[in-house]
Amino acid sequence: MALVTTTHGDMDESLLVKKEGTIDNEVELTTWTEYYLGEELVHRSAHVTLKKSPFADLIAATLA
Amino acid sequence: MANTQSMCTSFLGELLSATHNFSSANPAHTANTADTFKAALYFTTATLNASTTAYSTTGEVTNTSGTGYTAGGVTVTNGTNPASTNSSSTAGVGYWTPTASFQWTAMTVTTAFDTVLLYNSSQSNKAVSVHTFGAQTITAGTFTLTMPTNSTTAALIRLSTT
Repeated sequence: MALVTTTHGDMDESLLVKKEGTIDNEVELTTWTEYYLGEELVHRSAHVTLKKSPFADLIAATLA
Repeated sequence: MANTQSMCTSFLGELLSATHNFSSANPAHTANTADTFKAALYFTTATLNASTTAYSTTGEVTNTSGTGYTAGGVTVTNGTNPASTNSSSTAGVGYWTPTASFQWTAMTVTTAFDTVLLYNSSQSNKAVSVHTFGAQTITAGTFTLTMPTNSTTAALIRLSTT
């Protein structure tokens, strides 16, 4: 039995509807997980991984 | 042999280490002691940009409920000193990246946020850099911001010459 931290306290995952998503672009790789109790969002976590700083090349131009 | 006009790559890494100081109005530093840097989150409605000079609570994330987010953000783990690498005889890169993810647990922030400000809490909270990402909300959950690879092409902070 997996427990999920929710706005109503810890709940059994089997009672909830799980949704997951991903954003993958030049700047970041992001994954998110949502749990719903009926129509109510009761948990949302996100993990953003930065790939690179897009402004570094501008710094390069300034110093060059 | 011939000489080539260039900015020395070692200088780029040393700038990140406060080895050089051109100002007579510099803040005091203790030798071999790194400053403490922090990371704070900001709502999408904030206006952080290149003009940002210091940490401010204006536009900073606040909890919708609970206490998962603390004003000022989290302390940055700094386990690796800045480095520098030559990319040619005339160019190079100085770079540095925090050595651990920024993480907030048991957080509920239902207003969208999309920015983290890196700032120096040892030097009057002076701003270092503003990083944006896709807008997020968190509900009774964890927000983790993982750093890019600490390399010449991807490090979080890079000073380069071309």
